[in-house]
Amino acid sequence: MNWLLAVIQTLLFVALAPLLSGWLKWCKCHLQNRKAPSLLQPYRDLLKLIRKQPVVAEHASWIFTRSPYIIFSAMVLAASVVPLIAVDLPTAASADVIVLVGFFAFARFFLALAGLDIGTAFGGMGASREMTISSLAEPAMLMAVFTLTMTASTTNLSLAITHVLNEGLVLRPSFIFAMFALILVAIAETGRVPVDNPTTHLELTMIHEAMILEYSGRHLALIEWASQLKLMLYGVLIANIFLPWGIARDFSLHALGYGLLAVSGKLAVLAIMLAISETLVAKMRLFRVQEYLSFAYLLGLLGMLSHIILEASR
Amino acid sequence: MTILMPAYAAVLFSFASGLLALMTHRRPLLESLCLRYAARFPGRIPLVGLLEESRYPIRLRQAVFVLLGISGLLAVLAGSAALVSPSAVTDQIGLGLPWLPWHVRFDGLSGFFFLIIGIAVIAVSVYGPGYVRAYQEEKHPFAVLGLFTGLFVAGMLLVLLADDAFFFMIAWELMSVASYFLVAFQHENPANRRAAFLYLLMAEVGALAIILGFGVLAGFSDGLTFDALRQTNLSTGWASIAFVLALLGFGMKAGIVPIHVWLPEAHPVAPSHISALMSGVMLKVAVYGLIRFCFDLLADAQWQWGVVLLVLGTISALGGILYAMMQPNLKRLLAYSSVENIGIIFMVLGLAMIFLANGFPQLAALGLLAALLHAFNHALFKNLLFLGAGILQHQVHSLDIDSMGGLIKRMPQTSFLFLIGCMSISSLPLFNGFVSEWLAFQTALQVDVLDNGVLRSLIPVSAAALALTAALAAACFVKVFGLIFLGLPRSRHSEKAQEVEDKGMLLALKLLAGLCFFFGIFPTLIIGALNTVAKQLIGQVLPNATLLSWMWLAPVSAQNASYSPILVLIGVLIATGFTFWYLRRNPDTKTMRRSAAWDCGFGGLNARMQYSSSAFTMPFRRIFAKVWLIDEQIDKDMQGAQDMDVAAIHYRLQVQDHSWPKLYQPIAHGINAAARLVGRIQTGNIRVYLGYSFVTLIVMLWVVSL
Repeated sequence: MNWLLAVIQTLLFVALAPLLSGWLKWCKCHLQNRKAPSLLQPYRDLLKLIRKQPVVAEHASWIFTRSPYIIFSAMVLAASVVPLIAVDLPTAASADVIVLVGFFAFARFFLALAGLDIGTAFGGMGASREMTISSLAEPAMLMAVFTLTMTASTTNLSLAITHVLNEGLVLRPSFIFAMFALILVAIAETGRVPVDNPTTHLELTMIHEAMILEYSGRHLALIEWASQLKLMLYGVLIANIFLPWGIARDFSLHALGYGLLAVSGKLAVLAIMLAISETLVAKMRLFRVQEYLSFAYLLGLLGMLSHIILEASR
Repeated sequence: MTILMPAYAAVLFSFASGLLALMTHRRPLLESLCLRYAARFPGRIPLVGLLEESRYPIRLRQAVFVLLGISGLLAVLAGSAALVSPSAVTDQIGLGLPWLPWHVRFDGLSGFFFLIIGIAVIAVSVYGPGYVRAYQEEKHPFAVLGLFTGLFVAGMLLVLLADDAFFFMIAWELMSVASYFLVAFQHENPANRRAAFLYLLMAEVGALAIILGFGVLAGFSDGLTFDALRQTNLSTGWASIAFVLALLGFGMKAGIVPIHVWLPEAHPVAPSHISALMSGVMLKVAVYGLIRFCFDLLADAQWQWGVVLLVLGTISALGGILYAMMQPNLKRLLAYSSVENIGIIFMVLGLAMIFLANGFPQLAALGLLAALLHAFNHALFKNLLFLGAGILQHQVHSLDIDSMGGLIKRMPQTSFLFLIGCMSISSLPLFNGFVSEWLAFQTALQVDVLDNGVLRSLIPVSAAALALTAALAAACFVKVFGLIFLGLPRSRHSEKAQEVEDKGMLLALKLLAGLCFFFGIFPTLIIGALNTVAKQLIGQVLPNATLLSWMWLAPVSAQNASYSPILVLIGVLIATGFTFWYLRRNPDTKTMRRSAAWDCGFGGLNARMQYSSSAFTMPFRRIFAKVWLIDEQIDKDMQGAQDMDVAAIHYRLQVQDHSWPKLYQPIAHGINAAARLVGRIQTGNIRVYLGYSFVTLIVMLWVVSL
């Protein structure tokens, strides 16, 4: 039963991810006085891409054609360990938050290799930039995560969330710092403005798009879906770690429905905030990103220090 | 006594393999021996046929490597036996000086490193025959290579067996000097001789520091045996001096920043299977020495020492990987990456020491276990990568990353095995590198138990540095694999490269890659064995490491953190398999159409338009600019009416290590200046020298008469 629920939650995660980016696009369009596409547009795009025959660059090797599957399944696995609507599911124990970061690294490794595989300058450019940004983002992310794990003294996400729930509503300065650090990291890692712009194909500034330029058909669909999943994963991490209220603690239908509603509401609000910030902020120069990410690291560090100085039990 | 037998036999077989290599030019001798044997026992094996003139060199090489392989197998056997057996075995050998017999002790720690050496030696002995075939006998005699390889392996094994300082140093020197000759093997190139000399110099300075470290201990005890040294009661001051000396000596061999400079010089010039042994195994012997010295011989660890190890380890890890990233030479890059991994091991050892000194032996056991596991994992994947680099050197005739490319289609097997090595070293889940790094993070996260505020903030910061190191390592090995195997070939050699023909060379890679994957999925097997080591050294075991069966890894408690590689693997297989099947159902779209890559509509994409090694690392070079000495020059050749048109642009980039100008050149200058000062007394005039003798005699007589 628990395993079934875990599988259902993972499938729900995978199924809802395009909706979240549809909603994000919808909000952004309305904020920018544009006519918004339907909320279901991402699903239509994915279906269209899946039906098409993929065109592959002539020098591409198996790395290029197999990477989309690897990247997508890494993201699905990541989704299976992050509590979406309920805690205490059995999959959460198979991997903790460090392994989650490892899944992201796994997907990124193959995405960068796929970029290098076709032998064009764009692929290399994207791979190099992606690896740079992610290597700066990773310590910041772990700093933020460590603040949480040290408070809860566990790296298991489900148990950590339970710990936060049990503590009740306590104003912790460390959590506020850590949350802002994680938000900054999430923006950088999911390739949103101001670090990268997912809607542009401007050669000099693109990062994520440069790597996947040669993808088409079902391969592109998988990559797109994986990045939508990644966006949702970060959103759920922020929402459920720092504001876990509403998540189901038992597996009654009522609690689960309430949990789904709660997380949808939280994600919708987060997406609106992201849309506002993307509308207000301009994209940064590539070499300003390091300052941005060191700021995120600094916030994480401050969170950690305030945990040690202000909140620790001894 | 019984588990010592395979250990001794392993040493003897590696000696024997070295001695057999000396027989290269002694065919007649062997033949006459065989004839006499055949005459005495007629009808036995037709040995004479094996010694036929034309096939003799090949047979000899094979025999040498077979003996080496047997030595490796025995080492694995002995190591596993020692890990299973609950207590240490001791023995004495009546060699050496008459009043100083060699003491031997074989416990879990030695056994574990025996296991590491054994696996590496087996891989090398499978790989070796194919690799050494390319050397010309006149220029690079096999006798030298084989002899010193055997001595080198025997030296390493003896270091692990040693139970007194005297024997330890003899074995240590055997290992150092034998490996010096291996580094100097291709000595026709002056750069190689220079690298070998630098290596010898630093090895000897390190050995001096170790001797002094033992000396400090021995000064307060009655004897040189480790048992006597263990009983020594040292004041904190003297113990700290001994610790610093040992750290200097073993650190020099292990290659921590800033005393790592011999490593990137010596590893690239040695034959590849030797660099694999040096980087994968010899550095681990230095780690063994440090663990033996600090956790076993020095009774009371101080937490300040742990901090020193932690900080040095962090610097080495970050520095190593940042330097590695900038290297265009594959073997230099791998050597720097060894500095990084040794740094990680030192970091975790530092954590273990901090926890031990603060009275948390169980967490110390966790740290020690993470460090040992990382040593094991690093030996596996670094051997794999070095042996892979050897294959590349054979097939592409170059080690320059920028001259390769597109090899995945020419060398499918090598590329796949190399990919596994790259994934393991980048610590991606499902592979072995990830497990040890995960344990390292878990150790660091237990910092909440400590009282000291400085430690409580220092350790998370170093954990973040570890995260940065891991991410940089992933970037570095994306670069390595991407530029070597993917894209378009960047030179004629890589365009024409073929898959290696020798089955043995590929088999060695397959063995190591298989182990990387196996221990990534079933880490509990080796962790269970490591508990023995922790029990013998610290007296504590991890309760939960194996408690939750082979499926789960939960080092502290199941409530705290758990990781189940096998469940993750099943999940990956289901997810990949399902999407793969589902998306390719439609027969119309199942086949992919091949077409030219997007060239912005200009046409004529060529290999030179791809990202190169220096282009890939350019953002890192800009962000971490202070780490290196960067010399970047762009020269433009002008032409045309008023020299206004650019005919050609030359880009030159040199990235250098800071430690040379900042640390080593001042030392070298100082020594030279001192030598010049001393040199003033050498006038070349015999009367002055007679005067010196006279004065010396007078002073001596005065000293004696006091």
